[in-house]
Amino acid sequence: MSSTSQTAKAGNGRLGALTAWIDERFPMTALWKSQVAEYYAPKNMNFWYYFGSLALLVMVIQIITGIFLTMNYKPSATEAFSSVEYIMREVEWGWLIRYMHSTGASAFFIVVYLHMFRALLYGSYQKPRELLWIFGMLIYFVLMAEAFFGYLLPWGNMSYWGAQVIVSLFGAIPVVGDSLMEWIRGDFFISDVTLNRFFALHVVAIPLALVFLVIAHLMALHEVGSNNPDGVEIKKVKGPDGIPLDGIAFHPYYTVKDLIGVGVFLILFSLVIFFAPTMGGYFLEYANFEPANPLQTPPHIAPVWYFTPFYAILRAVPSKPLGAALMGLAVMLFVFLPWLDRGKVKSIRYRGPLFKFFLISFAISFVALGYLGLQAPTALFTNLARLFTVVYFAFFLLMPWYSSVDKTKPVPTRVTYHAH
Amino acid sequence: MTEVVDTGRRHFLTVATVATGAVGAAFVAVPFLASWKPSARARALGAPVEVDIGKLEVGAMVKVEWRGRAIFIVNRTPQMLAQLEGIDGELRDPESNESEQPEFARNPARALKPEYLVLVGVCTHLGCAPLDKFTPGDATVTANWPGGFFCPCHGSTFDMSGRVFKNVPAPTNLPVPPYRYLSDTRILIGAEEAENA
Repeated sequence: MSSTSQTAKAGNGRLGALTAWIDERFPMTALWKSQVAEYYAPKNMNFWYYFGSLALLVMVIQIITGIFLTMNYKPSATEAFSSVEYIMREVEWGWLIRYMHSTGASAFFIVVYLHMFRALLYGSYQKPRELLWIFGMLIYFVLMAEAFFGYLLPWGNMSYWGAQVIVSLFGAIPVVGDSLMEWIRGDFFISDVTLNRFFALHVVAIPLALVFLVIAHLMALHEVGSNNPDGVEIKKVKGPDGIPLDGIAFHPYYTVKDLIGVGVFLILFSLVIFFAPTMGGYFLEYANFEPANPLQTPPHIAPVWYFTPFYAILRAVPSKPLGAALMGLAVMLFVFLPWLDRGKVKSIRYRGPLFKFFLISFAISFVALGYLGLQAPTALFTNLARLFTVVYFAFFLLMPWYSSVDKTKPVPTRVTYHAH
Repeated sequence: MTEVVDTGRRHFLTVATVATGAVGAAFVAVPFLASWKPSARARALGAPVEVDIGKLEVGAMVKVEWRGRAIFIVNRTPQMLAQLEGIDGELRDPESNESEQPEFARNPARALKPEYLVLVGVCTHLGCAPLDKFTPGDATVTANWPGGFFCPCHGSTFDMSGRVFKNVPAPTNLPVPPYRYLSDTRILIGAEEAENA
């Protein structure tokens, strides 16, 4: 077995001696084995399973490019906008590092949304993966905070007014709303003070929380084991060696598979960076190419695309506190999925028509709300947003009903797998 | 000495220590949380501003900045003031009962002197800057537009006193800042008479 061969290797030569020296002081080989070389993942993981490792890759890209951006960026209201222009025009390769970071922000959300949709498809949030899912949702919340704080930093006019809109959401809270807003801004308006503290949160506090949560997410994953497209627990059928019969070692099998995903991802990522860094105004909004102006709202305020589904819900409600509450609920409801879902099967493959119908309508409403949140609020669009808001909430709130009465198919005891 | 561990005593001491530590941690948190409040400098910069309205033409609007917010000052025409009458049914808060303003502005004109309107130019929905759409019948706003303010972000509409119309996202009228007249042509924004004698 691999463990005996590695022990043998560790005993040989200088490298082996070094490994043994380290292993007596730090569990290097043990960690490598338990987390990578002898972590057994289901052999039937498909395309949808690329996005976890890609999210990790994007996080690394964001941290590295972010560190280099802080070397030239100035977090002050008088200098922020021009320091970003300086990075773009005068710092050697500054434009590339900055475009990697701005494109990385959108890429992070694309990858994370696909990763979350995978969990919906295959019931990855269900027992025993509730905590894994909750850690994932905390990562998502922290990611939204990170994106929000980071978006103020270029100090463009859309940065400014976007922050203004989001901070004033807290004003909807009764009694303490106004003083809470003042506390968040540290001033009577979004000012230099606000920019400075958002910078601190964006580059220190939130990334630390993010990294910590990612580690917790991976620890929980490796404790319960990966789900798979069949939603079958591979640990239930083990060979005489105690290894799941349907499990294969993460390394080399999935490291190699994920490398293919990394290759394809980086091609697409580079295409955006080099040929469409603004993505037609969706990744970098045109109104942000003007400096912040507290006296002049951009003609149309829309957040960056990854927030627009929730923004459309906020706008659809003709009452500020209720709109803000529904928007918060729209985000929070994901956390409760493990308990809203009463289904006896995990994977979409064995779910009944009701679940499929609700999941598809949810996916459509999420995309439609995302589109509507980008558009100016006309009467037709507002009514459409209301319709899709209802569909969005129906997915969650009716789930205890439709997931329990749904006609499911029998689940096999082993994963379905066809050798290539 | 007894051989038996007094678990009750140990439990009590553990709880007492944790509780004392928690109180200490709460006290230490105060300076950090309080450091987020507006600093002395920010508060000083938020002091009242003086505006000369002597050159403001009838029917025109001027924007000044106070605490980083736009303050709209409009020299209203008699027609504009006439538009304020008879539209109470279309307004959400015609009497300014739920809106933010000094006590003197709780009337249809929402002003000390009816002709001069002083408003905070920040939409009460989500803080966008409303546009001046004073021309009645402006089809870019709504059909039968009576004239007033229009927020381009989410379509909230306000009348010539900044009172919000029904069926728009903004919950309340545009706020009126505290202000007083220093002379016939000079306004001090940010302080009412009583507190600034």
